[in-house]
Amino acid sequence: MAALRHSLVMTALTGIFWGWVVATCLAVAMTLFSGQILSVDLVSAGAGGLSAAGVYHFWKKGWLSFAAQAVVAADILVTLDGNAPLGAPLTGSPATSAIIIVVFGLVTALVVRACLAGMPKGVLSRSLFETHLIRSMIGFGYVFFTAIVLLPFYIMLMTSLKSQQSLMSNPLDYSIDLGAGIETLFRSYIELFAVYDFGTFLMNTAFVSVMTVAITLLFCVPGAYAVARLRFRGRKALSRSILMIYMVPAIVLVIPLYAVFSQLGLRNTHLGLLIVYPATTVPVALYMLQGYFKGLPFELEEAGLMDGLNRWQVILKITLPLAMPAMATVSLYVFMIAWNEFLFAFMFLDDTSLFTLSRGIVSLNSSEVPRQHLMAGAVIATIPVLVLFLWFERFLVQGLAAGGVKG
Amino acid sequence: MTDAASRPARNAKAPPARGPLARAEAGLARIMLFPSVFIVAAIVLFPLLANFWISFKPVTLGDLRPPSVLLSDRVRATDTGFTTEWRLRNTSRTAAITNVVVGARVDPAWTLEELPENCERTPERLTCKLEELPPATRIRIRFAFAAPPDAAEKADAWEPTATGDSENILTNASFTLENFREAFSAREFWTVLRVTFVYTIFGTLAAIILGLFAALLLDRDFRGRGILRGLFLFPYVAPVIAVAFAWVILLDPFSGSVNAYLKEAGVLDGAVNFLGTRSVEIGLFGITIDFPVALSTVIAFEAWRYFPLSFLFILARMQSINTEMFEAARVDGASPFQIFRYISIPQLIGIMSVLFLLRFIWTFNKFDDIFLLTGGASGTRTLVVDVYEQAFAISNLGAGAAVAVVVFMVLLTFSLLFFRIMPKEEL
Repeated sequence: MAALRHSLVMTALTGIFWGWVVATCLAVAMTLFSGQILSVDLVSAGAGGLSAAGVYHFWKKGWLSFAAQAVVAADILVTLDGNAPLGAPLTGSPATSAIIIVVFGLVTALVVRACLAGMPKGVLSRSLFETHLIRSMIGFGYVFFTAIVLLPFYIMLMTSLKSQQSLMSNPLDYSIDLGAGIETLFRSYIELFAVYDFGTFLMNTAFVSVMTVAITLLFCVPGAYAVARLRFRGRKALSRSILMIYMVPAIVLVIPLYAVFSQLGLRNTHLGLLIVYPATTVPVALYMLQGYFKGLPFELEEAGLMDGLNRWQVILKITLPLAMPAMATVSLYVFMIAWNEFLFAFMFLDDTSLFTLSRGIVSLNSSEVPRQHLMAGAVIATIPVLVLFLWFERFLVQGLAAGGVKG
Repeated sequence: MTDAASRPARNAKAPPARGPLARAEAGLARIMLFPSVFIVAAIVLFPLLANFWISFKPVTLGDLRPPSVLLSDRVRATDTGFTTEWRLRNTSRTAAITNVVVGARVDPAWTLEELPENCERTPERLTCKLEELPPATRIRIRFAFAAPPDAAEKADAWEPTATGDSENILTNASFTLENFREAFSAREFWTVLRVTFVYTIFGTLAAIILGLFAALLLDRDFRGRGILRGLFLFPYVAPVIAVAFAWVILLDPFSGSVNAYLKEAGVLDGAVNFLGTRSVEIGLFGITIDFPVALSTVIAFEAWRYFPLSFLFILARMQSINTEMFEAARVDGASPFQIFRYISIPQLIGIMSVLFLLRFIWTFNKFDDIFLLTGGASGTRTLVVDVYEQAFAISNLGAGAAVAVVVFMVLLTFSLLFFRIMPKEEL
């Protein structure tokens, strides 16, 4: 077994593995980008990677060794694939082949170098063997996670920019014809706003989300303060039961709420949603805020109390300004919950004029509406949350980690 | 010490009796907590109880609109005046309406030739009372008036009104066990229960394992780490509706990219309907097994969408592990896998078990994902989807509520278990 830990074995395995990975990623990416179907031949891709690793094994230093790796890897791939690397013939599609040759050679050489750097020749110690194995695994991990996360979003965005015919004729062609002009490119979006009332949906969603944030904060700031700072009987029990509320499934609430709201005339109104949404976000928000309040120095509030402020004034003038980061986190978090909410919007809203984006997009999911419209709707719903998320990532990651196990 | 003055409970020597300050503080706390407690009680706790109530009631979606009296009238001119007919109909097919009152303004100049039974005439008003209008029945009341020639036109515009009392199906005293009998005796129920547990257990495990790997990737310093962390959180923060439909379109058997690519690349012979195939037989080492395709796809979606959460929690815990331990292990000659197995894993097992319990409960509760991906078809119907199907697709609210009671009971058991075995410091 120990012989398997030889540096030659490690080099060969790393080379073949990365040959496959680079070739596969390249084939899929190029296919989705150009529409030309490319596929991987495991033998040629593996041989290409193997040769890049082999060159590195015997010649480690300098730019020349790197260049040699890249050239050898690309050359072997082209030769074994019969002058059509990954199925793109050199003569038929020179541009695609050129990209494949260059990228495959450079990336394979680079990754193999990174994974094998510093490896001595001969039988490796267990530590060294695992270290180099782990480098490959980590590298693959980055590729894998980036691919699975990005692929659906990429497809969503690209589908929304395509026309019905081009989608039907080649489901793999996600190339964008930039010369066609903005109006052609964004025709799905234009139609959604012009014909399907997405402007109204957007306004409705924004209104409901912002109001949910306002109501939630109004309710839970004093509540969180009480839990964090004041002594009363049942405080322990209360902070426990906040967590229990997390566990209640929305679907169990839907039937009674549907029945009661129907009879009270609250169904099919924004008011109905504005009663339900804060009720589901208040426990989370309260839990997050009270945790933050507890961490604030009590001395400042005491000083305020000594100076004759009452509790409400203390909250307004001392605690809240100190708790601004937490308030931002909670607000954004609640905003995102309300913006993304689907079940209650779906159950409660019937009138198109009241639809939120979630509800509006569901109504696009029929055979009569082309699917690029559906994807354009999805993009419209996604962009505001993603922008908000990226903008305030620091706050939000805290929020998600602090109490944000909801969902 | 001011601290002791404002918070007597903290002072060990304070007398056990609650002083006026403490009482004032508790009162203030109650006022401050009231809005939060009230809205949660009204929208979460009350419906929970109401759900039990509804599960014992024979109520369908149509019953939510209370039965009402539908009234139409027809006026016909005659030589001496006019005749009219009031037609009353009960809109409900099951519930009777009691104390029905029908009335209209009349002109004092019109004289009624014959007063029908149960009707009264004052100079200005004509009123008829019925004790009961049985379900799905019509009743006609005829009048003949002697009146001036233009009266028929006036009478056409008199707009008679009808009112009546009906029992509210939600609050009356009729109960039934039929809902539970239906819910449990359905052949599907046990399948649904099995699917629910398969989905929940595998979905949870897959999300945590993916999250662990993602956390391992980011538990090191490199350029672009912040970007990658943000990227990895995308599936979790994007609206479920958008990502679910993106998957549906990606996996479409006819025009989806995944099928098209796998076919062209020679991996698949024909298109696979990932979300619409209940199972395929797979021969493995001479054993054929039914591989549940749609269920696996839904589980993959669950793992994809929720691994970011596990990853955040695990990463936070990883970064709080004391690095000296790793150093010491390395000096002692431990290999990277040994360090992971014997140092990292024991440190992470706490947060991972908490995550498992939490995610288990939320996955169990999850409705949107499966509903949007498959609508509960092809062997992916879980208990929560079943609640929706019973209550709103078959419009039997009672049966839906009965399944919801089952959901709640299972959850309650888990939650109690969860609080019992959950290590206190992890909360």
